[in-house]
Amino acid sequence: MSLQKQQILNKEIESFDFQSGGEASSNLKNILRKLGVPSQTVRKTAIITYELEMNVVIHSLGGELTALISEEELEIRVDDSGPGIEDLDKAFTAGYSTASDEIREMGFGAGMGLVNVKRYADQIDVKSSKEEGTHVKVIINLTN
Amino acid sequence: MNLKTVKSLLKTETIFEEPGGKDDFEVKNACGADLMSDVLAFSNEKTLLLTGLTNPQVVRTAEMVGIKVIIFVRGKEPQIETISLANQLNIFLYSTDKPLFEACGLLYKSGIGPEEMNYIETSK
Repeated sequence: MSLQKQQILNKEIESFDFQSGGEASSNLKNILRKLGVPSQTVRKTAIITYELEMNVVIHSLGGELTALISEEELEIRVDDSGPGIEDLDKAFTAGYSTASDEIREMGFGAGMGLVNVKRYADQIDVKSSKEEGTHVKVIINLTN
Repeated sequence: MNLKTVKSLLKTETIFEEPGGKDDFEVKNACGADLMSDVLAFSNEKTLLLTGLTNPQVVRTAEMVGIKVIIFVRGKEPQIETISLANQLNIFLYSTDKPLFEACGLLYKSGIGPEEMNYIETSK
């Protein structure tokens, strides 16, 4: 691996696809293992990407997950095509969720998704609007 | 406690076990949850998960945090897609007629500790 980031995954995420939801995170977990990334970092990354991936499945019209790696850091980008998060501050509040009863019955919508992501990310940047959808960028340090 | 004892305590039915796989490995801690984000937030590796949910995302969640065994409570049977994914990922599935509270209580009383509420160690 060099200082320049290399793309190691780019996978489409389908809206409301609860059968395949999680595959992108699973693929990334396997890739990181093969690259010899420490297991605790792999687990942190899996939690982050799975929460973000399921957010796309549950809340968006569809999107994609992209992962880039350099010697120093792992960059995760999760982009969807809308409809955007209405209140970003609330979305980062533990327990806050806009998920339907149907989603909650499946075990999601606990209002801990972005909270979990923030806990394990070294850097997180979320941009969201009705027009452009939601764009999450997460950095996970690989050097410490 | 090993998995074999857990199975006997909870009188489980086997839904999926690795063919020829061993059930004598050590189960050190367990968690009971119906919220996947809670499992993602708190679970340590090699934890046993007791849950009332049966959809494939339960197996996916287990995969993310390294859970090797899932026991469905209240006699619930998982969807075929759930079993198929567990097979693919080699995560053992069992079912018990006991409700979540009782299943957790039996294991706790017999020496399986609660999972530590520590998060994954970070450099921060």
